[in-house]
Amino acid sequence: MQGSGSGFAIRGVTVRFGGLTALSEVSLTAPPQQVLGVIGPNGAGKTTLFNVACGFVRPDEGTLHWRGEDRPGLRPHDLAGLGIARTLQGLGLFDKMTVLDNVLVGADQVAGAGFWSGLLGLRRSTRDEARLRERALSALDELGVASYAGRYPGSLPYALRKKVALARALVAEPELLLLDEPASGLSDEEMAELGERLRGLTDRMAIMLVEHHMDLVMSVCDSLVVLDFGKVIATGTPDDVKDDPAVRAAYLGEAV
Amino acid sequence: MQQLVNTLLGGLTLGMVYAAFALALVMIWRSTRIVNFAQAPMAMVTTFIALRIIEAGHSYWLGFAAALLAGLLLGALVERVLVRPVEGKAEINAVILTLGLFIVLHALASVVFGNRYRSFPAAFGIRGMEVGDMTIALTGFGIFTILAVLAVMGLLVLLFRFTDLGLRMRASAYNQEVARLLGVRVGHMLTLGWALASLVGSLAGLLIAGGSLVHPGYMDAVVVYGFVAAVLGGLDSPAGAVVGGLLLGVSLSLVSGYVGSELVALAALAILMVVLLLRPQGLFAQARERRV
Repeated sequence: MQGSGSGFAIRGVTVRFGGLTALSEVSLTAPPQQVLGVIGPNGAGKTTLFNVACGFVRPDEGTLHWRGEDRPGLRPHDLAGLGIARTLQGLGLFDKMTVLDNVLVGADQVAGAGFWSGLLGLRRSTRDEARLRERALSALDELGVASYAGRYPGSLPYALRKKVALARALVAEPELLLLDEPASGLSDEEMAELGERLRGLTDRMAIMLVEHHMDLVMSVCDSLVVLDFGKVIATGTPDDVKDDPAVRAAYLGEAV
Repeated sequence: MQQLVNTLLGGLTLGMVYAAFALALVMIWRSTRIVNFAQAPMAMVTTFIALRIIEAGHSYWLGFAAALLAGLLLGALVERVLVRPVEGKAEINAVILTLGLFIVLHALASVVFGNRYRSFPAAFGIRGMEVGDMTIALTGFGIFTILAVLAVMGLLVLLFRFTDLGLRMRASAYNQEVARLLGVRVGHMLTLGWALASLVGSLAGLLIAGGSLVHPGYMDAVVVYGFVAAVLGGLDSPAGAVVGGLLLGVSLSLVSGYVGSELVALAALAILMVVLLLRPQGLFAQARERRV
């Protein structure tokens, strides 16, 4: 399983918060060009798992595998450079910056402007600058929100804000996209559109998502990992998982 | 008439300096949610560095440039070494830290530079101009003060609005976690933010000192006025800090000219009280709850 083709993997990761074990020896693989769904009841450890994947939480045990290397953990600001992007549940848009500027912050990093060169005024040429804006605009355009580039996120409806957040994640052209509840707050139609979009993205990247909406999970994901009390209780295709007795027990009372 | 014009001009000049100092406080508040009480002694130390250089026989401008550079470095150093460990912790930690730094810098300055009043030169004349039969209290140094603060504000606007670095600094100030995810080296941005704020504070220190007396406590009142100006404008708003500084400068000048100069500090505190009672979010910041 070594080599860059093996995608993103979490191996034997354990996370403890004080006396509480949030994740216990969790392993999973997000293969290239596939959508991996992480599901589980509330409090199962899904968010902690995501926080490990993006470097907000450093695991007590276990490693992350990415681009052919085992790593004890990641640092958030290294993610963009490593080709990993994450969206947040709360979207995390900068409300006082225009939609375009929001996306430019993400685009900036791929362009490789270092801190010192920026500080010393060794700025990219105007042409590169224009290319950066071009790139940000095309990311917005891909999501159909380029016409809002000059607006402030707070003035847009929620579904549009979600698209801006996704555009900001995609502008860096990640190879792994981590989506935290991408469907929350969306209507059925918007969710169907999102599902199609995510399938369309798989030719460029691996996607790992945490989601509550089972319709979306079942229709979009190639494989699922089910967490309960910080442990993996089932893995497999959506159909396998749906019929798994352990999953049914964990979700007792919830429709799977 | 002459008195009113002169009072207003004096207030405007002083207001520019308060504006610069308030701007420094706001820059730090926006990026790290810390009110830097040590801003005053930091500016005092860098002004003394300039004085040392000028007294050693070098030009005013060498001292001026050295003080600004020292401000930049001191700000970066303070953030990196002292503030970093308390960032994101309970707010009281940062308050105690900056107050502690206030006392330490004071004490060090007394030891190193001596605890007596010394005169600080001005780069330009400090005599008023004669217009007709009136003497206008706008001095060469006053004009320089206004232009210097305007220039620094203009450069800051250019940096924050029109450069990639400014974009990343703003992103870091608004949401550190998200900025990190997008690949921004937030720590570097905070260090740079403190460095720039400290530079602006140093400029204010030099401008207050010009043609006047300095001693280790000469900036202490200014941090109070700067803070009042920043609160007046809304702690989150750089433009508000500038307008707040000007309003405060003119108001205090009017109090000093028409009521009595001994009431200036009291008037500043009264303005602070009124603002906190009537419009605690400041004149320019939108009302919104603080994120926790």
